[in-house]
Amino acid sequence: MMATLVFEQLLNGLQFGVMLFLMAAGLTLVFGIMNLINLAHGSLYMVGAYLTVAATQWTGSYLAGVALGLAGTLVVGMAVEVIALRPLYERDHLDQVLVTFGLILFFNELVAILWGRAALFASGPSWLSGHIDLFTGSRYPAYRAAIIVVGLVVALVLWYVVTRTRLGMLIRAGATNRTMVAALGVNIRLLYTVVFGFGAALAGLAGLLAGPIYNVQPGMGELILIQVFVVIVIGGIGSVRGAFVGALIVGIVDTLGRAFLKPLLATLISPPAAQSAGPALASMLIYLLMALVLAFRPQGLFPARGG
Amino acid sequence: MRVTFRSALAGAVVAAFAFAGPAAAQQKVKIGFISTFSGPQGVMGQYMKDSVELAIQHLGGKVGGMPVEMFYGDDQLKPDVGVQVAEEMLKKDQVDFVAGIIWSNVMMAVEPVVTNSGHIMVGTNAGASPLAGAQCNKLYFSTSWNNDQTPEAMGKYLTDSGVNDIYVIAPNYQAGKDMVSGLKRYYKGRIVEENYTKLGQQDYQAEITQLRSKNPKAVFAFLPGGMGIQFLKQYDQAGLRGQLPLYTVYTVDEISIPAVKDAAVGIYEARYWSPDLKNPANQRYVADYKKKYGKMPVFYGAQSYDGIMLIDSAIKAVKGNLKDVNGMVKAMEKANFASLRGPFKYNVNHHPIQNFYLLKSVKTPSGDIEMHIQKTIFEKHKDAYYQDCKMK
Repeated sequence: MMATLVFEQLLNGLQFGVMLFLMAAGLTLVFGIMNLINLAHGSLYMVGAYLTVAATQWTGSYLAGVALGLAGTLVVGMAVEVIALRPLYERDHLDQVLVTFGLILFFNELVAILWGRAALFASGPSWLSGHIDLFTGSRYPAYRAAIIVVGLVVALVLWYVVTRTRLGMLIRAGATNRTMVAALGVNIRLLYTVVFGFGAALAGLAGLLAGPIYNVQPGMGELILIQVFVVIVIGGIGSVRGAFVGALIVGIVDTLGRAFLKPLLATLISPPAAQSAGPALASMLIYLLMALVLAFRPQGLFPARGG
Repeated sequence: MRVTFRSALAGAVVAAFAFAGPAAAQQKVKIGFISTFSGPQGVMGQYMKDSVELAIQHLGGKVGGMPVEMFYGDDQLKPDVGVQVAEEMLKKDQVDFVAGIIWSNVMMAVEPVVTNSGHIMVGTNAGASPLAGAQCNKLYFSTSWNNDQTPEAMGKYLTDSGVNDIYVIAPNYQAGKDMVSGLKRYYKGRIVEENYTKLGQQDYQAEITQLRSKNPKAVFAFLPGGMGIQFLKQYDQAGLRGQLPLYTVYTVDEISIPAVKDAAVGIYEARYWSPDLKNPANQRYVADYKKKYGKMPVFYGAQSYDGIMLIDSAIKAVKGNLKDVNGMVKAMEKANFASLRGPFKYNVNHHPIQNFYLLKSVKTPSGDIEMHIQKTIFEKHKDAYYQDCKMK
């Protein structure tokens, strides 16, 4: 009984971790390669969710909605890079934080003006509305299983692109020494725009996957963004591998903490004390973990090479 | 010469004030309405403002028979901003009443500012217990409820219908714990587990797995706003809706239903008001609201509508003499207006003594999802704090 419960919670943790990874991958790529702190990454997550809802309604097809939502977020991301972020590369991180924080406010208000402040209805495809029967005898929502599959596929593709393709080579080179890459005749500006656009599309993918299970509302991106920053600090800023491992660790630790910390504490201290300490501690767990990583391995578990 | 000029000027200024002051005050009534209009929770403020405007429209553009000027203020869900907005309304705009406020913490900060200045405060949502008990105030009226009353009603219903072994889930903050203690005041059955989750949590899959493993007979949830929308979606996706009865407070309402649609069907809520309450004032309100705004009204709006009607009744009772604050308080204590919840009386602490109902969200034949009253749980229910209220 206990074993099946732990297994199910591990699955929940894996799913939450995969969700965090989709967000973290884009954020860490942009930081590692462009040396840009993008607080507005959560806004692109929100844009992805909203565009997909709108496009699904417009076309009447979930898959068409997803395709248009992804393409739309990619375009929005590239436009943001060209219009707002280009002048910032030579500035320090504080200026970047200020501008990208401004972008958060801009996007939240824009979405509120276009779609209103009320939460939107977002549904997944009907063919994923059922359940999968686990060998443990309980049922797991098919939609969540699909998120796990999509996340793992994206992780594989990212690994392949970054380590095995010419684009990946340029990305890694750009992260190490952008002046040298530019001197070799590579259009580094275009490279940045492309990378930022794909980072945005990854955030949009996370957002559109989140739509049917979370709340599609202005400001939805900021709720998840803090956890995503924890992920990339733990994993090592700028490293996709670190983001993957960090996301799974954070997802699983957070989920298991919420599920088992209170009963575990109750065996050590009095049940009423565990009742009040358990939930408080469970919600702090990932931040404690981050503090530990920062104390013993400040560069993160898998720091990016070079840059 | 200089002296004469100066005194003449002074005389003119005094005369102007003496003339313009009372005349202007009697010409129109100014009402400050504070709510949350920005951020994710701004949607609640919008519903309240829409209802205030509908109330004024129903009164023919006047409140208490006088032209009205409304001042809307955004508290941004922050007590200090709420105080700032209230002070500006009182000092700069010279409002005669302050009304509104969604959140208990904002209300606890704003209420003393308004009442200490000698003005009447009409709370149209926040139900902080101190204001119903030890810190009650002659100048403070509520058109909503005390926080504990709604979960008390749900607890009573669960006890009466013999539901045992419930799983309780609420966010880990003051209101979450208050709701559960309100539930326990009337719920006498077994509680399998109390799970306090992080405030603003998005993902409830871990909690859903936990609660399923405990085999409860029912679930009690208090997850307001976005948390509720997420929980309802995930409860449905986990296949629990329809399998395991879900009893909620402040979780399923006309704001969350459009965002979750079918995932809300069959969920129970306790409430003092429902759009299907059969009284002429409410039927007119719901019909006109739907016509004017193209959506269903929600209880936040209904009690804001009542707030304007309460102010209207008080001004009419003193025949527009807004200086007669005592007379208006006396009039308000009579609750002499057509409340959308039906007639009610005020308790000694200026909180309504009112009925509470069990509501269920159902799918109507036309495909809409609406809250419908199933039964009356409490008749003329008083809050648990009024005996601590020593009003002078």
